[in-house]
Amino acid sequence: MNRIRLSVNGAPAELSVEPRTLLVQAIRDQLNLTGTHVGCDTVTCGACTVLLNGEAVKSCCILAVQADGCEVTTIEGLAAGGSLHPVQSAFQECHGLQCGFCTPGMIMSTCGLLARNPQPSEAEIRDGLEGNLCRCTGYQNIVKSVQTAANAIAQQPVEAK
Amino acid sequence: MQEPLIGRSVKRSEDPRLITGSATYTDDIQKTGMLYAYVIRSPYAHARIVKIDKAAAESMEGVTGVYTYDDLAAYFKAPLPCAWAAFPDLKNPAHWPLAPQIARHVGDPIAVVVATDRALAKDAADLVEVEYDALPAIVDPAQALAPGAPKVHAELADNVAYRFNYATAGVDAAFAQADVVVKHRFMQQRLVPHALEPRAYVAEYHRANGELTLTSSTQIPHLLKLFTAVCLGLPEHLVRVIAPEVGGGFGSKLQVYAEEIIACALAMHLGKPIKWTMERREEFLATHHGREGIMEVSFAAAKSGQLQGIKVDWIADMGAYNMLNGPYVPILGFLVLPGPYANREFGCNITGVFTNKTGTDAYRGAGRPEATYVLERMMDLLAAELGMDPVAVRQQNLIPADQFPFTNASGITYDVGEYHGALDTALKAIDYAGFRREQMARVASGSPKLLGIGLSTYIEACGLAPAGATHGSAYGAHLYESAQIQVHQTGKVTVFTGASAHGQGHETTFAQLVADRLGVAFTDVVIRHGDTAAGPFGLGTYGSRSLVVGGMAIWEACERVRAKATRIAAHLLDVPEAQIEMPGHVAGDAPQVQHARAEGHFNGCYCVKGSPERSLSFAEIAARANLASHAGLPAGMEPGLDVTVNFTPSNFSYPAGTHICTVEVDTETGKVDLLRFVAVDDCGTVLNPLIAEGQVHGGLAQGIAQALFEELRYDEYGQPLGTSLMEYAFPSAPDLPSFETQFHSTPSPTNPLGAKGIGEAGTIGSTPAVINAVCDALRHLGVKDIDMPATPPRVWAAIQAAGRQQ
Repeated sequence: MNRIRLSVNGAPAELSVEPRTLLVQAIRDQLNLTGTHVGCDTVTCGACTVLLNGEAVKSCCILAVQADGCEVTTIEGLAAGGSLHPVQSAFQECHGLQCGFCTPGMIMSTCGLLARNPQPSEAEIRDGLEGNLCRCTGYQNIVKSVQTAANAIAQQPVEAK
Repeated sequence: MQEPLIGRSVKRSEDPRLITGSATYTDDIQKTGMLYAYVIRSPYAHARIVKIDKAAAESMEGVTGVYTYDDLAAYFKAPLPCAWAAFPDLKNPAHWPLAPQIARHVGDPIAVVVATDRALAKDAADLVEVEYDALPAIVDPAQALAPGAPKVHAELADNVAYRFNYATAGVDAAFAQADVVVKHRFMQQRLVPHALEPRAYVAEYHRANGELTLTSSTQIPHLLKLFTAVCLGLPEHLVRVIAPEVGGGFGSKLQVYAEEIIACALAMHLGKPIKWTMERREEFLATHHGREGIMEVSFAAAKSGQLQGIKVDWIADMGAYNMLNGPYVPILGFLVLPGPYANREFGCNITGVFTNKTGTDAYRGAGRPEATYVLERMMDLLAAELGMDPVAVRQQNLIPADQFPFTNASGITYDVGEYHGALDTALKAIDYAGFRREQMARVASGSPKLLGIGLSTYIEACGLAPAGATHGSAYGAHLYESAQIQVHQTGKVTVFTGASAHGQGHETTFAQLVADRLGVAFTDVVIRHGDTAAGPFGLGTYGSRSLVVGGMAIWEACERVRAKATRIAAHLLDVPEAQIEMPGHVAGDAPQVQHARAEGHFNGCYCVKGSPERSLSFAEIAARANLASHAGLPAGMEPGLDVTVNFTPSNFSYPAGTHICTVEVDTETGKVDLLRFVAVDDCGTVLNPLIAEGQVHGGLAQGIAQALFEELRYDEYGQPLGTSLMEYAFPSAPDLPSFETQFHSTPSPTNPLGAKGIGEAGTIGSTPAVINAVCDALRHLGVKDIDMPATPPRVWAAIQAAGRQQ
């Protein structure tokens, strides 16, 4: 077993994990943050996407030990101070989700995408979310959600960004 | 004052928990002392199990045990169910949760490992040695019918699960007299449903009182409760099924799965909570698949293009066993094979066939996509044969709006529709004539990238199901739906629906309905579903039935609550009942709710006609009905406002519409680019446009995916070729365009809301439109048909083959 230290959603966490433990297992089974989902176990569906040091990664393809010393943000950590993140709000506003299973990963990927490219075109959004699968929405309202979120973030006062 | 909510794009009540990660899906559940199960599956398509050596696995620390059929047989009181003994000669060989002696498909469960940890159970499974004696496998459903083909079930005479034969009296004469007969053989490939949430189950058994609780990612908690009780020989009232948050289904969770019964049997055997969660790989092996069949179709027609007869020979692949509804899926297709066309001569022979592959069952559309696909492809082939435009041949045959109700050639009666109107709307939206000009110019330019346009004018039968349509059910399941309304003392309302949602947004749409019908605030209504211990038995969510069956049960329940509330209001206000009105409600509540919307506002009050100041709010009436002194109620009236309703629809509902799309085909690579997709759907009254459009989008994506991307193939030994999403072409965002959706609604007269259903229309209408467009682009090159999915190699090969023939 290996001891690892993480910052999870702003709070320190110390875990004891097997060398083979995946980050997503540590998040779900040990930290009990079950908003991060496992959809495929083959790095294809993106339901397990979290932010690792601010970058969107699929937590099913990272060993927990590799995340030692890192900052992890999961879907549970996105609504700062109880108010929804603009990406979360946009997904509800635009009906960007149906069954909700892909949604946490989709939202975290969107956060990563908008951090890299604050005003993506439709094609850039579709390409940017290529690694996140959704069976319900046909992606159309997800694209709309990302556009809406991008606009909302652009209109935020500077200090809130 | 509250605006009427029916017809409004109310934002979903479900979303706050889903976008914050606070929803609870089955795999999120942890129980004290819980053990994890891992299923060992057959690597062979057909094999005798010779020996299972568990010793090494069972010696591992943390492993509770390894269990085979023999170990759990005492719990298995009945095989897994096939609910549709629809035909007297259905062969229904026993399908046990663990294979007793013979494995009949790759993925058939052989044994189950239980351990204290998920990964440990999987490690231990690697140490279980199973010795198999491989048997010949039959893979192709047509070859399965050949004399001497290996038999999937040795005890049966052959591989035929059932035969269904139907013919109208005049169909042979129609073919004998026709100017032209067009015939073609179509393939329906095998699809894997892939709801994004993997199936997951948690079973708990309380030995002290004999109660079993199964938490399951199911579409049918109540039916699952019944069948779990039957399969395990438990008293039904001591079995509880909970469907918590369920992450999509598309038919794949409309099943009673081996792993559900295995988890329950283990919980009973070990006295500990058991969790089993599917790996995505197992979706390819052990979740039921959709489609797969061979359909030979003939059209008889006059030179004018008038369709005079349809004949269909359909070999439908059941897989290794009859699944819960597997045999019924082609029958649903049979019902709509005559389509939206006026032809009345029709013959159909369906042969359900066993093969050594995973069982097939309902997948979004269930039979109706298969039927619509061949019908709409044939309309194009007929048009080509006669040198007509595909639009013209449809216009000639669509049932005119003044011909409803219309009894079709399979015997069901379409209630209402404006098929020509939807077609015209779609043609205009896509600029049909303009695109045809562009297409010709492209050909003239000599460009290797050709343009095509394709359409489908579809109809479906939804709202499963009127009792007459389900009489073949072995379990007597009349597919009604339940609604129970609890009116709290404070006038807040809890509604239990048997329609268990898994992404459809029932908690929002049903609350819209209730708020309007009772005159209460949207936020004062909560919709509950998915727990058999809370609310009455219900039939579940599938077949685009939730609104037209489940919603109408709620509607009827609201009517009864309102009638009683009105009586109480009249009593308290000392006027005759007829003097009480709810402002905003049209007198008699005319069925078409858009009329009601136009009438203005609700104020949530029951008041005296002409004296709005003499009124009682619903909350005041609720308080009087429940807690107030007897003076609050008319003499002899039972206290409370609660009601329970079971609603049986009088007919199917018949959503219809036109889907039309344009494609660009690169003749040098075979790649198809979908340029535009216009869907004009008639789902009757639209309760929540935001949610209805979302249903169309998702349906289109799945229908287009069948046309262009998805297929599970097997090799000649019955090995599935590719069992991960790395190999299966599940479309992602860049693969699809933005869709252009419109509603062309004709409210259904068979229910008071006028709704028809929208869950499956996108899947049913879109697939043939895409293939028609691809073939349209290549027709002048001699390409007549392309099997699905129209992948670049297939399209390229079709172009080359046509070139060689010319």
